[in-house]
Amino acid sequence: MKKVLILGATSAIAQATVRLLAARGAALYLVGRNAANLDAVAKDAATRGASKVEQQSLDLDDTAAHESLVERAAQALGGLDSALIAHGVLGEQKACERSWTEAEKVLRTNFLSAASLLTVLGNRFEAQKSGTLVVISSVAGDRGRQSNYVYGASKGALTVFLQGLRNRLASSGVAVVTVKPGFVDTPMTAHVAKNKLFATPEQVARGILRAADGRKNEVYVPGFWAIIMLIVRTIPEGIFKRMKL
Amino acid sequence: MTNDLQSWGRFPLATRQTTHALAWQTDSIPTAGASLLPYGQGRSYGDSCLNENGTLLTTHGLDRLLDFDAATGVVRCEAGTTLETLLKLTVPRGWFLPVTPGTKFVSIGGAIANDVHGKNHHRAGTFGRYVRRFELLRSDGSRKVCSPEENPDWYEATIGGLGLTGLILWADVQMRPIHNPFVITETVPMADLEDFFKISRESEQDAELTVAWVDSLALGRRLGRGLFFRGNFAPPRFDGLPLVRSHLSHGSALAVPFNLPGISLNWLSVATFNWFFYRANLLRRGPRLQHYDPFFYPLDKVHRWNRVYGRKGFFQFQCVVPFSTARDALREIMERSARDVPSPLTVLKTFGDISSPGWMSFPRPGVTLALDFANRGDRTMKLVAELDRLTRQAGGAVYPAKDAGMSPENFAAYFPQLERFKSYIDPAFSSSFWRRMNP
Repeated sequence: MKKVLILGATSAIAQATVRLLAARGAALYLVGRNAANLDAVAKDAATRGASKVEQQSLDLDDTAAHESLVERAAQALGGLDSALIAHGVLGEQKACERSWTEAEKVLRTNFLSAASLLTVLGNRFEAQKSGTLVVISSVAGDRGRQSNYVYGASKGALTVFLQGLRNRLASSGVAVVTVKPGFVDTPMTAHVAKNKLFATPEQVARGILRAADGRKNEVYVPGFWAIIMLIVRTIPEGIFKRMKL
Repeated sequence: MTNDLQSWGRFPLATRQTTHALAWQTDSIPTAGASLLPYGQGRSYGDSCLNENGTLLTTHGLDRLLDFDAATGVVRCEAGTTLETLLKLTVPRGWFLPVTPGTKFVSIGGAIANDVHGKNHHRAGTFGRYVRRFELLRSDGSRKVCSPEENPDWYEATIGGLGLTGLILWADVQMRPIHNPFVITETVPMADLEDFFKISRESEQDAELTVAWVDSLALGRRLGRGLFFRGNFAPPRFDGLPLVRSHLSHGSALAVPFNLPGISLNWLSVATFNWFFYRANLLRRGPRLQHYDPFFYPLDKVHRWNRVYGRKGFFQFQCVVPFSTARDALREIMERSARDVPSPLTVLKTFGDISSPGWMSFPRPGVTLALDFANRGDRTMKLVAELDRLTRQAGGAVYPAKDAGMSPENFAAYFPQLERFKSYIDPAFSSSFWRRMNP
């Protein structure tokens, strides 16, 4: 990852990843919604050793802007060899149950905007016959649960989309890396009581780079989530539907 | 949400505090409700970083490096950045902290709010002198850039202002040039207190870094026996000294996994520790080359070392007394504290006459003494009160960042600019320490 487009650069996980990439001297194109916050992340990256940092503030829900965004990023960095899709919202399950407007927002940001970006980036990387697409999905996408199935569905759809894209791009030499973090201690989960299952954004960032460097397919970070989710997925639906999860 | 954030001494315990995490300079701070206090890394010892029944504004997310000019050595960073992070950035490029306390795990905001000092006080003064500018966010939403030129009164009130004047968002710090990450150090045995004064005076001519460890078990005529450490940043060439190649910071692998039983620090264990520490260091008397990390931050090697004092926590007491009264006052304070459990870490250092811009800054010309002892309830409170009294009597001062027991009257006597400072406190801000000093 030398010329990297980072989408959702102000998210805690993206920031931690940006720091690791900056320390390696990568060139970065950062995209986030809040210009002032994005500026702080860009300065941090530049100070920590990124060879180049460009930024653009944009609401990624605006899918019509994706084509030109990727083009500008490629121009600014003199090409792209990888992209990290890290933007997303947790949403509020109860609000999503009451109001389609709320549910749609979650699906739009987490799935539709990511799918749109992946279409643009997938085509570009396919044409250049190289590149790594790293996308942050979630363990929540592995099985729908009453406590967060709207968020889970948005991530589950993303995971399936990535599987198909990986299948399509394998012959072009493009890696599609799905990262499924478990609980992460970020502002997104500030309201949740923390326990031993929570990982730091730094831990997740290291997992992301390891997966990207190794051109892995699907990884759980931290790794123990693979076992937890294996169990969660194996519970028969007849039992699962009566569980309070 | 309630939390388990405590001070480093873990006494007093604050059981009813909520937290409000700050992640961005653009974040606003809560305006209604409980009183507020910035909380960085929680390395203050007593209650100056606690806010019982209030809210702690945690700044660990405000840790971005905003700029570093390798030509001038000025670094701009957000207030939650730790000294460790700064060192990792600047040391490979030839710059070190102008002043550093004995741990690198403090935030820049905390270093300013406590106007920390280091082994080079006689040459460099306090940390606050190297803070060129910072931005202060007040609870009314206003933001003030402060420097010796812009809002100088706010600048002076905030340096050493115990986090009470508002939240520091970012700061510009002037680093000092170094040639490499090494210091040349020398250990000199001291026979007694008089020897400390003598060696101190001599050493300060040539050594930028000086500090003394005192064997707290040596009393009477031998009081003040110990080891004097002096050093300088290494020159570009080492003149025959073996050069350690590693420029890496010395990572810590150790942590104290749980609270040790309170009994583990008793007279016998301290005596044993002191005996070995004294002799082990005596064997390494001549000049030697050391990486900066173990020299400046020996205790950082052991994460959470505060747990060795057991569940009830511990006190650190640090005072400064003027040179004129130092001999008698130090003797009395050391003898008085030795009657309790002796302190495994007794540290002496002279402060020079370079003054700080901070009105509430603790360092002042004289000799500073730091001691720590496990919390044993009332008995320890009485001891601290007694040490506080002796310090006041000697015309000295006690360090608020390490205090859990000074009296409000003495606090006012130690800090003559207190009244002026009070009008700069943010009306929404307070701390457990502040309420204790202003009952």
